[in-house]
Amino acid sequence: MVQLAKSKTRRSRQARRQAIEGYLCILPWLAGFVALTLGPMVFSFLISLTKWDMINAPRFVGLENYATIFTDDFRFRQSLKVTAYYAALSLPLGMAGSLGVAMLLNLNLRGMRIFRSIFYIPAILPGVAVTMLWLWILKPQGGVLNYLLGFLHISPKPWLSDPNWALPAFVVMSLWGIGGGMIIYLAGLQSVPTQLYEAAEIDGAGSWTRFRTITLPMISPTIFFNLVMGVIGSFQVFTASFIMAPGGGPGYSALFYVLYLYQKAFKYLQMGYASALAWILFVIILTLTLIIFKTSKWVYYEAEMKNEK
Amino acid sequence: MKSEKCKMRDKGTDNREQVTERVRSSNSQALTPDLSLIAHRSSHAARRSMLAYAALVVGSIIVLIPFVWLISTSLKDPSKIFLDPPQWIPNPVRPENYVKALTVMPFPLYLWNTCKVTFMCLVLQVLSSSIVAFGFARMRFPGRNALFIVLLSTMMLPVHVTMIPVFKIWAGLGLYDTFVPLILPAAFGSAFFIFLLRQYYTTIPIEMDEAARIDGASTLQIWWRVLMPQAMPALITVAILSFMTHWNDFLGPLIYLSDPDKRTLALALWAFQGQYVTDWHLLMAASTVVMLPLLILFFTAQKYFIQGVVISGVKG
Repeated sequence: MVQLAKSKTRRSRQARRQAIEGYLCILPWLAGFVALTLGPMVFSFLISLTKWDMINAPRFVGLENYATIFTDDFRFRQSLKVTAYYAALSLPLGMAGSLGVAMLLNLNLRGMRIFRSIFYIPAILPGVAVTMLWLWILKPQGGVLNYLLGFLHISPKPWLSDPNWALPAFVVMSLWGIGGGMIIYLAGLQSVPTQLYEAAEIDGAGSWTRFRTITLPMISPTIFFNLVMGVIGSFQVFTASFIMAPGGGPGYSALFYVLYLYQKAFKYLQMGYASALAWILFVIILTLTLIIFKTSKWVYYEAEMKNEK
Repeated sequence: MKSEKCKMRDKGTDNREQVTERVRSSNSQALTPDLSLIAHRSSHAARRSMLAYAALVVGSIIVLIPFVWLISTSLKDPSKIFLDPPQWIPNPVRPENYVKALTVMPFPLYLWNTCKVTFMCLVLQVLSSSIVAFGFARMRFPGRNALFIVLLSTMMLPVHVTMIPVFKIWAGLGLYDTFVPLILPAAFGSAFFIFLLRQYYTTIPIEMDEAARIDGASTLQIWWRVLMPQAMPALITVAILSFMTHWNDFLGPLIYLSDPDKRTLALALWAFQGQYVTDWHLLMAASTVVMLPLLILFFTAQKYFIQGVVISGVKG
């Protein structure tokens, strides 16, 4: 009896010790989370209710910043439009392109490692250097893109200097970096058991049927992941826009949301206004992510299926 | 709607059962192969792989053209830059462009700044992410799962929401225009790396910890002597990703650094473009040099780049 009680207290003492050690282990992250994420989030929301230039004391204005943004800010609406347009173009094209390349690479032919490297490399290079390169490629005078398009009988485009072509230029550049998504798809494709394909082939299923009934469902978690990351990423384009069109491009045709936010904060020093913009961005991204999660019935989780059985 | 989906799912499972059935029967068939069928299939496969090669070659050429253009421009004489049609093979070849691009700005200084920031971030971030991941993977404490979910959800938070207050904090501490705001946050770990390492730690048998504990090892020793060596592949992956993130970082240096002598390479390249707007040969030479370390890293440690994707378990 006494011994049992003793071992019990020893065990609880051990558990408490482990709990303390556990908290100590995660302390670096926890401290950073409180100091650099949670605290600043609260702070940022409070700032968004003020007018503040970072030099003088902030002046409380309630929801005025939000009201101005929604009712009387052409550039806000424009930046939202630009960003949504960019996402709507680059996301489907990028996702289809990277899946297509990944499927080719998944055929396990000779020399695949070389092809894989070629497609993947643009995705790991510094954004600034890549943007410099594209700035040069896209130049209407001397740039090589228009010259090459000439071979396909496509007339030269003014790209970044024209309101209609500035955004497509960003999309073209983004497609060069599909390697990041591709490598994730490739990992997904390689985890699909080959027996499934072999069996389907014996059943006489054509390649389209196999793609639709085996590949798509089996890699749907990967597609889901790439979709979520893609939405989050395309709403946060900054480096490329800051370098290629620092003022937002002709007629604000390339005024990306985060570029506008940056201008408000660090060019015009309207910290309250910029914070309100940041919170609106956060809510937009959160809403879109939640919508994707809510409509993710098409995602097939193998482990879940096994449990249901 | 929902019941329909369920039906579809059930059908999915049915199919898979049938499929495995057939796999089994096909295996038994394989003992007596139908030669004509194999011949037919192999000619079909050959045609398919030819098509795949053709597509991959065309795609690769499209991807490679910008690189060719980059190198070509970087070696050109200024008078040959705007030729129409463009000159692909520079004539004359001017490697001096590189010398000029690297001497018109204090390149060694910028390289040193970048290396300093990148490597300090790397070491801090790998160590802190590793111990935090260890805590989440191996220690039991109240609220562990809830905190892990919080950690995961921070990955979705745009940095721009916290950017202004964080800037104010560093500025308030008198650390504007120093490397501290770029380096110190790395000591708090990165949510993505913590997630990645935790996933990897859970694949290491817990018996190893227990054996070490019986031998009298402390928690810190178990982390350092048992898990760290076992998790080397994952740690190298994280180190590489960390290197890449900080080497490529632009927004951080842009916001926090103002002294030209403190610039990192990414920031210097941007400033360089502002000064030498039409000197594309110099700009391309400088861009090539900034890309080079990552290219070298990629070709020496390719497998670790790709491993990151696999460990994070996004494959489902």
